[in-house]
Amino acid sequence: MFITYHDGASREITIVDREVPYPDGKLIVSRTDISGVITHANQAFVEMSGYSLDELIGTNHYILRHPDMPAAAFGDLWDTIKSGKKWHGYVKNLRKDGAYYWVKATVIPNIRNGELTGYTSVRRKPSRSKVVACTLLYAQMNMDVQS
Amino acid sequence: METYTLSVSPDFAPEYLSGWFIFNTWLQKSLETPFHLEIYDDFEAQRRDIQLDKIDLIYANSYDAAMLVREKGFQAVARPAHVSDETVIAVANSSNFDSVDDLVPWCRVASTHDPDVHMMGMIMLESADLDSSNVVVTSAQTYVLVAKYLLNGDADVGFFLKDSFQDLSDLIRSQMRVLVESQIGVIHHTLLAGPKVQHLVPEMLDRLLLMQNTTKGKDVLDSMQMTGWLKMEGEDTDFMIDLIDTLME
Ligand SMILES: Cc1cc2nc3c(=O)[nH]c(=O)nc-3n(C[C@H](O)[C@H](O)[C@H](O)COP(=O)(O)O)c2cc1C
Repeated sequence: MFITYHDGASREITIVDREVPYPDGKLIVSRTDISGVITHANQAFVEMSGYSLDELIGTNHYILRHPDMPAAAFGDLWDTIKSGKKWHGYVKNLRKDGAYYWVKATVIPNIRNGELTGYTSVRRKPSRSKVVACTLLYAQMNMDVQS
Repeated sequence: METYTLSVSPDFAPEYLSGWFIFNTWLQKSLETPFHLEIYDDFEAQRRDIQLDKIDLIYANSYDAAMLVREKGFQAVARPAHVSDETVIAVANSSNFDSVDDLVPWCRVASTHDPDVHMMGMIMLESADLDSSNVVVTSAQTYVLVAKYLLNGDADVGFFLKDSFQDLSDLIRSQMRVLVESQIGVIHHTLLAGPKVQHLVPEMLDRLLLMQNTTKGKDVLDSMQMTGWLKMEGEDTDFMIDLIDTLME
């Protein structure tokens, strides 16, 4: 399958219908610059995404975008964090091997000396009921866009 | 000469406190400045004194550290090397629960006033659709009391600082099972300097970083169960605060 990102970049991706369960007790942490390019990722991020640290640093965060995620969800994310506020949401992420993992994500703007310098995101294990609800919601949102 | 006040978060098991008294003596000699170590049994009393600007140097958990930097003008100086603060959720051996996802609404949680452990414990319950609106939290003064709540059947799950859980007696610990243990790695205690002792920070930092290289310094570190200190750069502090911000409700 071919995926095209908001900046016009595109790549061939493989999709595998297999969920990798979120590990208990871990937090996935990453930081980006103001355009969403990854500047920092912790070990849990590396393990869950399937990419090496070298592959992640310097890459846009959209590398994790799963085609099942509606564009509107990310529109809301960017509107919220650009206005200086904290964003929460449930995200289905694409791994390098094509499998997926669900997270509850929080993103906050990093303010240094009054200036926005980037963003920090921390993900935690989502509840099953939220994953089920978001699976339906996102499928509906994607259908609404298509019709 | 003014005597400054050093304090430590009340989340410490009493057996570590002797190490902090030894550290206080070492600090006074190293800086040729009088310090008094003030110990608190509970977080509320310590917070009150923080608000009254009675504490100048403090070894605090990261949740309190974020508040001290933001609201009280403290500067993070150093953090212990090779350690992080992790949270354990445990049940009594006889419990019917085998994992967090088995937990049900209105289950009874025993916790302390330790803010970062409580926060992490609540985060780890979220995957079972539990939050402060549908669990019953009982606050205990110490981790030993959290264990007692579990063993007496007065609570279903207990939140522990991992180090404190491991320091419980074998007799108590052997009657409990761990449901989940955090593996975060980036949350840790920090030594912070308040506005009145900013002028001492450069020298203090030099001494702290060299501690493990001297016999005397190493003895002091041993008594605190530490291997050494790492410098907290400005960006390390900002990152710590950002992390706490993402985790707070
Ligand atoms: C700090 C931060 C973390 C992000 N984490 C993710 C993520 O885990 N998964 C994801 O698909 N997008 C994430 N995004 C959003 C992406 O930047 C991007 O907006 C999204 O993947 C949609 O990409 P596209 O609109 O270019 O196709 C994150 C953005 C920021 C600023």
